[in-house]
Amino acid sequence: MAFRIIVLAKQVPDTRNVKEDAMKSDGTVNRAALPAIYNPEDLNALEQALQIKDRMGDAEIIILTMGPPRAADIIRESMYRDADKGYLITDRRFAGADTLATSYVISKAVEKIGNYDLIISGRQAIDGDTAQVGPQTAEKLNIPQITYAEEVVSVEKGKIKIKRRLERGVEVIETALPALVTVHGSAAPCRPKNAKLFMKYKHAKTPTELQTLDDDYINQSVKNKLYLNIEELSVDDLDCEAEKIGLAGSPTKVKKIDSVVLQGKDAKIINDSDTEVKDLMKELITNHTLG
Amino acid sequence: MTNFYRDNSDLKFHLDNPLMKRIVELKERNYKIDEKEYYGKDKLAPNEYKPCHFEDAVDSYDQVLEIVGDITGEIIAPNAEGVDLEGARLENNRVHYAAGTVENLNALKQARLMGVTQPRKYGGLNFPTTVYSMMVEMVSRGDASLMNLFGLQDIGETVREFADDETKAKYIPRFASGEATGAMILTEPDAGSDLQAVQLKAHYEESTGLWRLNGVKRFITNGNAELSLVLARTEEGTKDGRGLSMLLYERDDTVQIRRIENKMGIHGSPTCEMVFKNSPAILIGKRKFGLIKYVMSLMNGARLGVSGQAIGIAEAAYREALKYAQEREQFGKIINQFAPVFEILTDMKTKISALRTLYYETARFVDIYKTLEEIEHERALTPEEKNELKQFKRRADFYTPLIKGLSSEACNRIAYDAIQIHGGTGFTKDFPVERLYRDARITSIYEGTTQLQVIAAIKGVTSGLFGEMMDEYTSRKISYDLEFMLKELKVMKKEYESAIEYVESFKDQEYTDFHARRLVEMTGNIIMGHLLLLDAERDQRFKVTTEVFIKKAKAENTDRLLVIKEIEPDFLNNYKELTKI
Repeated sequence: MAFRIIVLAKQVPDTRNVKEDAMKSDGTVNRAALPAIYNPEDLNALEQALQIKDRMGDAEIIILTMGPPRAADIIRESMYRDADKGYLITDRRFAGADTLATSYVISKAVEKIGNYDLIISGRQAIDGDTAQVGPQTAEKLNIPQITYAEEVVSVEKGKIKIKRRLERGVEVIETALPALVTVHGSAAPCRPKNAKLFMKYKHAKTPTELQTLDDDYINQSVKNKLYLNIEELSVDDLDCEAEKIGLAGSPTKVKKIDSVVLQGKDAKIINDSDTEVKDLMKELITNHTLG
Repeated sequence: MTNFYRDNSDLKFHLDNPLMKRIVELKERNYKIDEKEYYGKDKLAPNEYKPCHFEDAVDSYDQVLEIVGDITGEIIAPNAEGVDLEGARLENNRVHYAAGTVENLNALKQARLMGVTQPRKYGGLNFPTTVYSMMVEMVSRGDASLMNLFGLQDIGETVREFADDETKAKYIPRFASGEATGAMILTEPDAGSDLQAVQLKAHYEESTGLWRLNGVKRFITNGNAELSLVLARTEEGTKDGRGLSMLLYERDDTVQIRRIENKMGIHGSPTCEMVFKNSPAILIGKRKFGLIKYVMSLMNGARLGVSGQAIGIAEAAYREALKYAQEREQFGKIINQFAPVFEILTDMKTKISALRTLYYETARFVDIYKTLEEIEHERALTPEEKNELKQFKRRADFYTPLIKGLSSEACNRIAYDAIQIHGGTGFTKDFPVERLYRDARITSIYEGTTQLQVIAAIKGVTSGLFGEMMDEYTSRKISYDLEFMLKELKVMKKEYESAIEYVESFKDQEYTDFHARRLVEMTGNIIMGHLLLLDAERDQRFKVTTEVFIKKAKAENTDRLLVIKEIEPDFLNNYKELTKI
């Protein structure tokens, strides 16, 4: 049996190239003004999955993403790099989900896909930066989790060894499978898209996308080729409880949003003597920067 | 995110050239290719990634070029400085690439970009040479030295053109997957420009059915390749090109790489001196056709590649110069506001646009005739197709040396000027322009010096082909607001005709040779002017470029005519006298 890897990936607004119109006046992200990209650490996660596939030969990579219909791009982009297939969780009723509701839906989708050995995702997404969805999903599925992974040291059916990147060094740990691993941005960058796979999968479409496609050739070829069909999962497909999804299932409440403008001032340089360090600490505590 | 395809809209513009429709139709055999046989190793069968119609094919080219743009902008260009510093090196008879080169090749391999023009049944992408040429330009803009490895796809291409089916099925998939790199092993210590003098011996060994190679080769780019094409003397006792054949050698321990050259530029590309001792090889194609047919074909491909390399370097140099000139302040102004500076920058830009349009025109000509040649192996061509093949081959044979000569010389000038714009800082290693300047220098030397390109191109000039091209270009529709430029080009053509008439009136070969470069450069200017004008017709943004180019080119041509008329045959004696030993 093939080793099955589910990669959780997210389409995010490119917050790294923020221009003036990136925020709306109410302080929320203006998604229309930012290009939608593959969340960077999810690409690191995909690369780890691809390396496992390279090593094991007989492995299957399934992409799972949640978002509006256009998030199907994430699945195609993964297929161009040798992912095998993907599911798009999309339904208006999921809108407004925070990390709790999101991880609930994802765990339901994972259960539906079933029969997996490993779930792997980026540590966090650059839009929310919470790093919560991975760990919460693992908890709901009741499987072990390893965060901050930098490298898969070894993997076999039932067992994985991971090198973690921590603040003050690295740690190598092993766990039983199935497990969930979140990957840190210091892991290997994702490989480029493969030109042949691009041509093979570029017409892969979700049912929603097919409805608006007027090219007969492509329509026909998607119908004839199973691998060009990207499956969509809705609330009904996943058998979700209504009160646990969308806005209703999201306890996070935004109280207030401040627009913080960081002002760069001159750096203060001190000598590395105990007295100077002590003086600095005192100053920082007095002006409430620390403590 | 730096993308060398998306940040240079000229490439997309040339991809949308009207002739592409015919090229893709030929390349895809009317979209009816059904490849059941497959020799590659990928899990993908050819039918899984073939285009279904023209728009689909061009969309794929566009998007795959974007992948290349991403790799060149994000991986190859950032690695270039390290590759230049580290260089390739020789240890224990093995060549090691710089770390950056290894990473670059790996990315290109993973993206399946090492068999771009090869048929899908051999694991290639079946893309036109025109699209491949765009990749060559981008790769060279990122790191000129990498082009020497990426561009060796021509080796596999030559195998595809001339080897038998069994050899093709065995070796091309290895090139296409990137598992094997190639080399073309032609030059010897005493056979550089004059390849007829090649001495490396090949003799046939009855017992094994293999050929055995013995001798020395020099200046071999990537001599450490897994699969190499070797030009060798198979006919004992012969002295000229008719005794030479082409053989395929697979790397083993019989060849010693004696040294690699310590070069001025393109440090990432290893240039090897090799000693063959009874090295096994197989014959490609027919005996005695090595130089006269196969090398000529291989060389034409390589010349087009070097043109792309030159344009890529020029593009990189121009961008560096422009960026610097927009940031640097002197006398209270940014320096590109000073006339001497903006003249240089504008000349660079227009020159690059002119060269680029000739480069892709040449690539399209190559596409049409080579694909028709390919089709000729599958079925008999119609009389119209035969005619088309002949016509486009002649055109490609004329334009290839023309663009190689012009682009490599211009690239050197542009790299020189890019340093000039930088002033003293450009002379330091702190800015990339000094590397570009060193890398540029080889382009007008290898794959035939500019002087040899002139000899190859002058045939097209004197055979009437130039006139034929002029008729073709002037017959196309030009809008009223651009017509004044067409008139200028016609004046240039008249002037050129008086030049050639004058030169030929003396019926003196040495005299013609003396002025040949001037004549070729004059035709080059006129052809590029016409091509730019046609570009302007398709897109208004080329209008000013064309105007600037024609203005300068016209003045340059008048200059050349003056030199021709001033220096008559008798005057050549002064030239000989002054440099006599």
